Amino acid sequence: MSMPEPTTGPDAMTAREPSILYLEGVSVSFDGFKALNSLNLIIRRGEMRAIIGPNGAGKTTMMDVVTGKTRPDTGRVLFADDVNLTHLDETDIANLGIGRKFQKPTVFESLTVFENIYLAQKTKRSIAETLFARIRGEQLTRIEATLETIRLTERREDLAGDLSHGQKQWLEIGMLLAQEPELMLLDEPVAGMSDAETEQTVTLLMEIAKDHSLVVVEHDMEFVRNLDCTVSVLHEGSVLAEGPMDTVQSDPRVIEVYLGR
Amino acid sequence: MGPISSRLIAMESKRSWAAILTLAVIAIFVVPILNLAVPEGSLFHIPTFWVTTLGKYLAFAILALSLDLIWGYAGILSLGHGAFFGLGGYAMGMYMMRQVGERGVYGNPDLPDFMVFLNWDSVPWYWLGFDQFWFAAVMVLAVPGALGFVFGWLAFRSRITGVYFSIISQAMVYAFMLAFFRNEMGFGGNNGLTDFKDILGFELSRETTKVGLYVATAVSLLIVYFICRAVVSSKLGRLLIAVRDAENRVRFLGYSVTNAKLFVFTLSAMLAGLAGALYVPQVGIINPGEFAPAKSIEMAIWVAVGGRGTLFGAIIGAFAVNGTRTYFTAAAPEVWLFFLGTLFILVTLVMPNGIVGVYKSLRSGELFDAIRRRLRRVDA
Repeated sequence: MSMPEPTTGPDAMTAREPSILYLEGVSVSFDGFKALNSLNLIIRRGEMRAIIGPNGAGKTTMMDVVTGKTRPDTGRVLFADDVNLTHLDETDIANLGIGRKFQKPTVFESLTVFENIYLAQKTKRSIAETLFARIRGEQLTRIEATLETIRLTERREDLAGDLSHGQKQWLEIGMLLAQEPELMLLDEPVAGMSDAETEQTVTLLMEIAKDHSLVVVEHDMEFVRNLDCTVSVLHEGSVLAEGPMDTVQSDPRVIEVYLGR
Repeated sequence: MGPISSRLIAMESKRSWAAILTLAVIAIFVVPILNLAVPEGSLFHIPTFWVTTLGKYLAFAILALSLDLIWGYAGILSLGHGAFFGLGGYAMGMYMMRQVGERGVYGNPDLPDFMVFLNWDSVPWYWLGFDQFWFAAVMVLAVPGALGFVFGWLAFRSRITGVYFSIISQAMVYAFMLAFFRNEMGFGGNNGLTDFKDILGFELSRETTKVGLYVATAVSLLIVYFICRAVVSSKLGRLLIAVRDAENRVRFLGYSVTNAKLFVFTLSAMLAGLAGALYVPQVGIINPGEFAPAKSIEMAIWVAVGGRGTLFGAIIGAFAVNGTRTYFTAAAPEVWLFFLGTLFILVTLVMPNGIVGVYKSLRSGELFDAIRRRLRRVDA
């Protein structure tokens, strides 16, 4: 297990292995309820990491902290070993190169599939640039490539609101890809998907993981097993166990939080 | 063809271009000719009263466009747009007030009548410069724009959205009404600014001046329409729709929602100010009544009736509702408010996309299909 020592700072970490995301002693409480309890978590650059845990374990809160939606009470969150994320807002963090897919697929329903990707695509985000923006040839090529990746080429001119639930999930993943983030956070990417769609999503994520760092929060154990990556089990706001799926699943403490009580 | 012109042409479909050009020719050329060149008594003569009434509607249409830009596209429902309209109107009114000179009742060449009445010996500092048309014209846009910017910055930065935004915008316009009612504010208090004599040297009482103001308003509407169309058909327009649909998601894409809203709200405030400035010379008065909350709510009704988020709908709504009002205030004034209330309820319940929405479903045949299905169900 590669749990960070609470006494060693990120300087010691960088000496070992560069991390894309480094959480140290992060706590968040809502009205006395500790959603995150001195959470330590390190994601290595280029790694795919799955995060599981029972309801209320703090998985979504962890993503909220990383993406600037929630400010932690204590602790440090470092991106790429040098940027402290705890004082930045959602927009700044997104522009640093952290993309997020939400639990409930959130796409812009009254825009077309194409327009959704077009808006997400990595460009200058200022108002003037956006007002006078025109699609250039290579931009179009990249949008088309993204549509191909998420298998929505045929539906490019349809409104995103008319897509099936699974397709909306893909569209949102596509929007993330178009953002060209260094780190992608996916909150339950296969929720509500059929088995066939889930399988295709595994293939898609494996493909994406080749050149991105990925954090996937998921309930579907079979899906997590298929991702074939390190799994962190969250329980009551901190990491309970970490390792390959098989090791984690046979850990008595993990079995207890999932089956016990 | 340059990139800008080809882009302009691509903004509208061929059908829309035909409709816009036809309406523009009628409004800018045909109406004035029928008024000025066709002799009175002829069947085709349009009386000057109607030209001015149409001019008022055109100013309202600009106002409706400014509201549709933020409500229909960015989901910001302002129930205080009367503030921007009124300020634009006051800026123009101040210019015309200064043009009165010694022709006022008190014959004071330096002070407007109401200041003489208040025993002031000089114009307050915020009246300086308004004797120049260019200065007033700048202020027509700058003052509402600055207010929109500051108000919007405070609201959007604090992420005040939806009904909360509507309520504070309503409170803002109400505060303006109370403030402008006070004589000490220096804007003529209860009576406002009136008894204007001329604008840019043209006598306001002359028919040609009235037609000139009408034409200026029609041309302004056309320009404002194209400005709005350019904004909504740009990438920023897509971004505004995204903000309307899922504001939080937009933040995680790395766009500043605050800046996007602030841009479109400030633009909208400036356009509303322009509408006020074109309105006031045609009606000959501006008073705090323009800041009445009910007036600002009514503007939202115009847009809802015409159809939100279409731009064209806002223009249609402004004409339809105000045309009906003109009819009712002559035929049955006591019925008007009941009619307006019923209209709003009906639009909300049965035609959520307004007149434009009904037209679209008529064209696509959806409406007939729906009626046919319903009839069939009754038969069975």
